[in-house]
Amino acid sequence: MGRTIIVNVLRFFVLVFIQVFLLKNITLYNFSTPYLYILFILLLPFETPNLLLFALAFILGLTIDAFYDTPGLHTAACVLLAFVRILFISITVQKDGFDNEPEPTLSMMGFRWFLTYAVVLTLIHHFFLFNLEVFRFSEIQYTITRVVLSSLFTVFLMLISGLLFYRIKERK
Amino acid sequence: MRNLLAFITRYNAFFLFLIFEISSLIIYVKYNSFQKATFINSAAEVTGNMYAQVSKLNNYLSLKETNDSLALENARLRNQLKSSFFIDTLSKHKVTDTIYKQQYEYIEAKVIKNSFNLRNNYITINMGSNAGIEKGKGVICNTGVVGKVIFVSPHYAIVQSLLNKDTQISAMLADTKDKGSFRWGDNLDPHIGLLYDVSNNAQPKLGELVITSDLSLFPTGIPIGRISNLHAKGGGFFLNMDVKLSVDFSKLQYVYVVDNKFAKEQLGLEAQQKN
Repeated sequence: MGRTIIVNVLRFFVLVFIQVFLLKNITLYNFSTPYLYILFILLLPFETPNLLLFALAFILGLTIDAFYDTPGLHTAACVLLAFVRILFISITVQKDGFDNEPEPTLSMMGFRWFLTYAVVLTLIHHFFLFNLEVFRFSEIQYTITRVVLSSLFTVFLMLISGLLFYRIKERK
Repeated sequence: MRNLLAFITRYNAFFLFLIFEISSLIIYVKYNSFQKATFINSAAEVTGNMYAQVSKLNNYLSLKETNDSLALENARLRNQLKSSFFIDTLSKHKVTDTIYKQQYEYIEAKVIKNSFNLRNNYITINMGSNAGIEKGKGVICNTGVVGKVIFVSPHYAIVQSLLNKDTQISAMLADTKDKGSFRWGDNLDPHIGLLYDVSNNAQPKLGELVITSDLSLFPTGIPIGRISNLHAKGGGFFLNMDVKLSVDFSKLQYVYVVDNKFAKEQLGLEAQQKN
């Protein structure tokens, strides 16, 4: 239990740091900007209580907003992401079959499940985020392109970080 | 009553979602105008300090470009010095110069946070109200117009850059003095802007310089960019053209905040006339 808390707190700070000081400066062809920080919400343990999950998503969004000068924008997207995460997990995962505080990581859940999970959640988060930021329908074409290309970039980074921390013994 | 409670606990995720989502949207709508966002932005102490630390490190990596641009600017300024002109009339020394009064003063500041890939981009600089910076002042750099100050804290200020859908400045063609309005284009390219509503009589040429007009909050004649396409999409019913920006926002390091000494007088006069 203690180890899970330490790992997640550490992950929070590392991801915010990477997002704010590194990924914020990266854009491919004016369209693709990665938002890797949502990996924190994706990787919280399955047994996180709903209230804590929402509170953490809210705090994470607010922290990112403070650095991006967009109060509320990332917060709203993160809270939506937390809700979608609950729905997705309740549909696809059988909660009884685990022994000790499992997390939805790549090494734990396998490549296929994790890829679907990451793609669906990232697409929804980015779609909401970019549309809320632009807030007009006349630019929907550009916005959709940005959503798709940015999601590709984000999911790519998520898979890389998943493979970096791959542990074979966890896989059942 | 018990049924209601059971219903709420069964679908607690949905109700929690509603609560958190509504509160974040309230923050988004209410604070996004920047006037009230006193603590959730990069001008706050904690985030401002962290950005300042990281920008110190970044500056080392681009010392060469900064040096080059400063040397260029030095050379340009040196050309304007009195001592670099050949004096051909003796009477010049005898005139005491009372017709000039300094109208613009420049405050030098360093960029500690910058973005150019969002729909609305803001720049944070390391000078604030303690250095005499106020809301609404123009910001330029050695290559051209950067933006305008929209939020000030004691040690930092936030600048709404040209790359922002709310920025709009009055511009004109350098050769013919035809006026128009300038804003960022719709396709989020950090190098291209849009000059629109130029009178149909104007005859712009490719590569012509676009500068700030005398109606803007900047000194007249600060470069904005050069015309790169005469038939741009969008804009108004008059002539529209694409402008290649002269400032490279991805490499912005030092900027100058323009302090117009007569702005207060002018605004006061114009306000009187309205009453």
